[in-house]
Amino acid sequence: MNIQGIKAIYGFEMARAKRTLLQGLVSPVILTSLYFIVFGSAIGSRITEIEGVSYGSFIVPGLIMFSLLTQSLSNASFGIYFPKFTGTIYELLSAPVSSFEIVLGYVGAAATKSVVLGLIILATAHLFVPLEIAHPVWMMLFLVLTSVTFSLFGFIIGIWADNFEKLQMIPLLVVTPLVFLGGSFYSINMLPPFWQTVTLFNPVVYLISGFRWSFFELADVDVSLSLAMILFFLVLCLAIIWWIFKTGYRIRT
Amino acid sequence: MQTLISISGLSKTYDGGFEALKHVDLDILDGEILALLGPNGAGKTTLISIICGLVNPTAGTVTVDGHDIYENFRVTRAKIGLVPQELTTDVFETVWNTVTFSRGLFGKNKNPEIIEKVLRDLSLWDKKDNKVMELSGGMKRRLLIAKALSHEPEILFLDEPTAGVDVELRQDMWNLVRELRASGVTIILTTHYIEEAEEIADRVGVINQGEIVVVEDKTELMRKMGKKQLIVHLQDELEAIPEPLQRYNLELPETGCCLVYNYDTQAESIGIRSLLGDMHDAGIKYRDIETTQSSLEDIFVSLVRKQA
Repeated sequence: MNIQGIKAIYGFEMARAKRTLLQGLVSPVILTSLYFIVFGSAIGSRITEIEGVSYGSFIVPGLIMFSLLTQSLSNASFGIYFPKFTGTIYELLSAPVSSFEIVLGYVGAAATKSVVLGLIILATAHLFVPLEIAHPVWMMLFLVLTSVTFSLFGFIIGIWADNFEKLQMIPLLVVTPLVFLGGSFYSINMLPPFWQTVTLFNPVVYLISGFRWSFFELADVDVSLSLAMILFFLVLCLAIIWWIFKTGYRIRT
Repeated sequence: MQTLISISGLSKTYDGGFEALKHVDLDILDGEILALLGPNGAGKTTLISIICGLVNPTAGTVTVDGHDIYENFRVTRAKIGLVPQELTTDVFETVWNTVTFSRGLFGKNKNPEIIEKVLRDLSLWDKKDNKVMELSGGMKRRLLIAKALSHEPEILFLDEPTAGVDVELRQDMWNLVRELRASGVTIILTTHYIEEAEEIADRVGVINQGEIVVVEDKTELMRKMGKKQLIVHLQDELEAIPEPLQRYNLELPETGCCLVYNYDTQAESIGIRSLLGDMHDAGIKYRDIETTQSSLEDIFVSLVRKQA
């Protein structure tokens, strides 16, 4: 295994994160704080609590998950798209690194950034609302698994996209609506029965539900189902990436 | 010299149906400088890209030092450095970081001494902390070479290395290529500048329409395919080639000011002495004599035209 190669890619991506700290870290934290102010104060004053948890605290897992998903996608997709755009991908393709090592470097860095961001948002949330984490180990497991899975998904988008518009299309037009409609700011039990059933087709529901369970032991769906859905999505992304490297899709002519 | 890279039956047809390479066979020798010449779209870059792993071939095999480039890609790629044609760089990175990244990518431990030497050799040391975007075009070209050399490759591919480079820098690059060859690096360069190949290559390969037209030792190629001419500048103009001189392969330009004698240097008798004797006997006086030899460019053009 080319450990030096993985370290080079990982280090290069982390260095890029340092250069774009304002965009990658400060901006999501400010955005999350604004959500707290808008949802926590404005709406929270009307909905005092959901299933025994104050509304401000209830939305914390959803907000973390929202940033986690969007940042994992954008970090990983941009990470691999940019060398394609500038042409520097020639170096990656001509180097003695396997596809697995390339994915490990890019996805590892994107996931690391997302986990750090998630923990910073969690710390920021503490400033606004009281928080107790019922299952910290499970919380970390959901955090890491979701970051890795969506970083893999972002990597696929970065390979697929052949312009900046496509790069933004799925995060903005697909993932963001799914997160908003996936119970980030409410329990799906608050919806009419028909919409509860429709919502169950939204995969993000399972991620948020599992993550929220690790905080408050409150879940819209069974925790094992949440875990199974994340693992299923993880395996699906890995399979697509394996196919991409096998066929050279949009990487090798 | 031993064969270092062996290319056998290599073909590439792109999705659109364009046949970039047609059953190419080529052996590249250890320690040589091979110049690949060819017009635009001849298949030079495709050939290099396949060997370096950027493009998948449709058919054929390539081995580097006996290792298949797919089965043993780690071994083969670690031996190769590639300088691409386009100035593709990480514009936001510093010179030092981007060269260090390249070394790591090729599996080598960090070694600041090596990076420093490479940057000094390429006159980039004083720019090491500059961002790539601040470099001139010539510096970026040198940076690409520095990146390719950062992992101390045994083989260096230079794809149009002097395109858009000024004369002084071109000379520097040629000197660098010679130094690398002297240190044992095998160099394959593609170029449009025939004088570049004439100046530094040991062997020349001409590729056209996806096929290797000829691969030959440069001196041998020029000897075999080159023409030599003797131009005799006459004191008095001639209207036609006089009868006693008709047995020679002579040309008389329209101006009638000189006689051009095409001769074969490999022939038993090249006939210059007898020609000049016959001219003297015929009372034709001359004021000057010169000889010319066809350049590699003349040979290249004739080869490519012949195939077309």
